[in-house]
Amino acid sequence: MSLFKVFDTAGSAMNAQSVRMNVTSSNLANAGSVSGDPSRVYRAKQPVFSSFQDALNSQAGATGVRLDGIVESSAPLSTRFQPDHPEADENGNVYVSNVNAIEEMVNMISASRSYKNNIEIINTTKDLLTQTLSLGR
Amino acid sequence: MELNVLSQHENALKFRALRNQVLSANIANADTPGYKARDLDFDAALKNATGKGVRLMATSDGHIGTGKATLTSEQLRYRVPTQPTLDGNTVETDVEQAAFAENALMYRASLAFLDGKIRTLRFALKGGD
Repeated sequence: MSLFKVFDTAGSAMNAQSVRMNVTSSNLANAGSVSGDPSRVYRAKQPVFSSFQDALNSQAGATGVRLDGIVESSAPLSTRFQPDHPEADENGNVYVSNVNAIEEMVNMISASRSYKNNIEIINTTKDLLTQTLSLGR
Repeated sequence: MELNVLSQHENALKFRALRNQVLSANIANADTPGYKARDLDFDAALKNATGKGVRLMATSDGHIGTGKATLTSEQLRYRVPTQPTLDGNTVETDVEQAAFAENALMYRASLAFLDGKIRTLRFALKGGD
């Protein structure tokens, strides 16, 4: 019964989107963080999605979403001259994280919309299954 | 005769259920880079259901065959995107949602037809009342 697989598919997508949401909130929380050591500065993280079909779901069309991992942004860090900062290096510079707040907000909206879409899918499919069960009563 | 009608609706339900799965996979992968949206072709499924497999003998051109509807991944077609994206994803969420809503409605319609048939049969078995 292929309707049951919808729950797996949409569920995997919701899982992936919630990770994306989590990563976004982590990025936004660390948006302004600074450090005197460039290697210790917070770098924006992004989840990487890919689609997969497992052996059980190899039947037509059952394609879920898998989280391949979380990568750190390689965007350059901005430096700020602030010699009075306790973390400043010998030249008086501090390094600011490369989080782009606008990108993160867009990411957040996109993730929440995709999440809602999948909830709708699950609700509709649940309705269809319930009606099928009550067939002929 | 009546049971034949039941099996037709059953085939329609199977097709709708499978299409529901395909469309939900499309929506689930709306943000997956490189994912290609797919859909089932109703015409191909109908031809398959009426054209192949074991068939009853048709003595008139008006008879409809009763082949077995086998739905496989061979009937899946890649959707041609109207607005392709740079990451290679061809899912257009609005198109998919419209198709999903239409498909759910068609599933409900098939259910209603089937329900009507079952009620009719039960009515006949009870001899009215």
